[in-house]
Amino acid sequence: MLVTLKIFRYNPEVDKTFHYETYKLEALETDRVLDLLEMVKGHTDGTLSFRRSCAHGVCGSDALRINGRNHLACKTLVRDVGAKITVEPLLGLKVIKDLIVDMQPFFDNYKKVLPWFVNDSPLPADGKERLQSPEQRAIFDETTKCILCAACTTSCPSFWGGEAYLGPAALVTAHRFIFDSRDEAADKRMHVITETDGIARCHTVFNCTMACPREIEITKAIGELKMAMITGKV
Amino acid sequence: MTTHQFDVVVVGAGGAGLMAGLYASRGAKTAVISKLYPTRSHTGAAQGGISAALGNSEEDNPEWHTYDSVKGSDYLGDQDAIEFMCYEAPQAVLELEHMGLPFDRTPEGRISQRPFGGHTNNVTGKPVRRACHAADRTGHMILQTLYQQCLKNNVNFFDEFQVLDLLIVGGKAAGVVAVDLATGELHVFQAKAIIFATGGHGRIFEVTSNAYAYTGDGAAMFLRRGLPLEDMEFFQFHPTGIYKLGILITEGVRGDGGVLINGKGERFMPNYAPKVKDLASRDVVSRAIYTEIREGRGVNGSNYVYLDVRPETVNKFAALDGRTNPDGSPYIVTGEQILQKLPDIIDFCRVYLGVDPVTQMMPIQPTAHYTMGGIPTNKFGEVVIDDKNTVFPGLYAAGECACVSVHGGNRLGTNSLLDLVVFGKHAGLKAAEYAQQAGFVDLPGSPTAEAEAQFDRLRNGSGSENGFDIANEMKKVMFDLVGIYRSEAGMKEAIQKVAELKERYRKVRVSDTGKIFNTELLNMWELGNMLDIAEVVATSALNRQESRGGHSREDFPKRDDQNWLKHTLVWKQDGKLKIGYKPVTITRYQPKERTY
Repeated sequence: MLVTLKIFRYNPEVDKTFHYETYKLEALETDRVLDLLEMVKGHTDGTLSFRRSCAHGVCGSDALRINGRNHLACKTLVRDVGAKITVEPLLGLKVIKDLIVDMQPFFDNYKKVLPWFVNDSPLPADGKERLQSPEQRAIFDETTKCILCAACTTSCPSFWGGEAYLGPAALVTAHRFIFDSRDEAADKRMHVITETDGIARCHTVFNCTMACPREIEITKAIGELKMAMITGKV
Repeated sequence: MTTHQFDVVVVGAGGAGLMAGLYASRGAKTAVISKLYPTRSHTGAAQGGISAALGNSEEDNPEWHTYDSVKGSDYLGDQDAIEFMCYEAPQAVLELEHMGLPFDRTPEGRISQRPFGGHTNNVTGKPVRRACHAADRTGHMILQTLYQQCLKNNVNFFDEFQVLDLLIVGGKAAGVVAVDLATGELHVFQAKAIIFATGGHGRIFEVTSNAYAYTGDGAAMFLRRGLPLEDMEFFQFHPTGIYKLGILITEGVRGDGGVLINGKGERFMPNYAPKVKDLASRDVVSRAIYTEIREGRGVNGSNYVYLDVRPETVNKFAALDGRTNPDGSPYIVTGEQILQKLPDIIDFCRVYLGVDPVTQMMPIQPTAHYTMGGIPTNKFGEVVIDDKNTVFPGLYAAGECACVSVHGGNRLGTNSLLDLVVFGKHAGLKAAEYAQQAGFVDLPGSPTAEAEAQFDRLRNGSGSENGFDIANEMKKVMFDLVGIYRSEAGMKEAIQKVAELKERYRKVRVSDTGKIFNTELLNMWELGNMLDIAEVVATSALNRQESRGGHSREDFPKRDDQNWLKHTLVWKQDGKLKIGYKPVTITRYQPKERTY
């Protein structure tokens, strides 16, 4: 089928401002949007720039705005979005070139929630694993799926309002550790997320949940954090 | 040009690079350089598990793991290194747990383990639960956990920096040259010790489970600097890739009871591996699928078969096989449990195939998956450069880019994650130890000259050829003629074709003249690496006149221990490939016929 692909273009070394280019190409219904970008880059315009790696939805490189909503380009097929496709960079992060945005503020926010396991207690005497029941493990299963693609954070109106807001992805990471029965830094993390630019700026818009390519119920996870904040119980 | 100085530089930030960075940074000033953000690395795509004989659900021990890996390697693996890895495995997995890795749990709260291909109870010959898992995203959890621990320990990261060249002065490692993708600026990293953890090169094949980033950069840089590569003819084709796309469907599907079904609706693996059936080694299963297809038993006469994990199928064959749970009760699964154990697989099938594996069968075909060969090292991650295993001062390699060799002719599933954790750690430790007693080697006069020359060639080609087309032609010829089954005529044709493509590659001209995120320049540079590696793979494969592990010659269908129980080494000298050999280390297990 013939697909019309409209792509946001901006080359900081040449352009004063951004513009859109439209490409028409033959594609299959089962082609990924990423395949289309590769075709344009390979045959029509080599300067088109975007990030990609795994091409099957697990590395998080190619989160983009496709027909106005955040998706991974490698996990969105032509049959999902139709023959008229508009591809733009994620909102809320500075565009560096074409579809590539500056990820630094996103990763800076991630780092604020102490995104690492903390347990300074002695290991079990037999040197083996710290025990955790399947039920304890299940509580934070969802939030271990995050691939840091930024689709959620850049779909959030609060984040659009200012990148100081931690954003959904950082909160998902906080959830992953706070609700891990083995972790001992929940208090410190709760302190971080209850600061001004933390969880209070989530207004349950649900955009993050809709955007997550890993189908994490982000708003629910944030809700659990809010409940923990109010009750003081994890 | 900016120059940096670090005791240790790690190139690549997948599982091996992060593990190396974590350990090296405890004893030396360390930088980790990666062309991707570390969490985008391909370790994150690993699904099924990491093996260790923890024996959490049933009897197991590292000796069995060692034997299974030796047998899996078709006796080409070095047995001292395999034994080292398998005995390190339980501690390595426990260390990951101590770092917070969220493994799935047994009812007792211990790390949950599942069966995987080629992992057996050596007494009964039956599959054993050895693969420690976090659903079907074990690699993702390892990558995240290690990255997080690196952040906690303030490891220095240079994200989205592509290393272009390895600097060697007076027979010692001196540093690397990299380009900052965001600015196009060249950086020189002077280092006492350099650890390569750059991953594999599956992208030289048309149907692959590998990331775009898997272009063999590290191996190609070594080759250009006159260093050898080992056993490059050995490449693993994973039996179950999503039809046409090559996206991986974990062996854990079969570990959890899934079976392969041909176009006639028959389960065919018992004909090829009567004992372990669908859980035979990957090379065995991939060949079985190809044989079914060739003999006209593909689905609808086409080149794929089905993987069936529908509960009714799983339960039917589990009952026939007499499969039981650890407590002795019959093995029965529900759709719910399948969904819980394999969420990502089910998601992939729904997205890319429109198929729901709980109620429908998955169309699959073998997919290029794993690089067994690579940069030769010893079991401490030190790079060795000849048949006597002479260590090259200051150079280390770990993970998929390295060839220790623990995988030999065929890697067992789950041993890749184990490999990168164990050897990443030891490479990091050794590199830091070396850096503590070694001095910096003076950099060459113009350290960036070679890197700049490579870029200049790509900017100044005549422009009469298109790199995208060259890449596609290379992938096709490598998959068709240097794939699962190989023959002399086919491989000669492939070598000829790759040579032509290399000629055409010289006429490519990068149209993007900018500096900021010039991804076209980067991709074309990667294509050069892939062409170099494809030539080495095809040449090594043509040279080895036997069938062993993942290397199956139609004209030499048998393993030939008399003449070929040896590693291949390949050097590039004056633009030509030179082949040599290295003995296999055999300690306890004499080669014997390999049946499953």
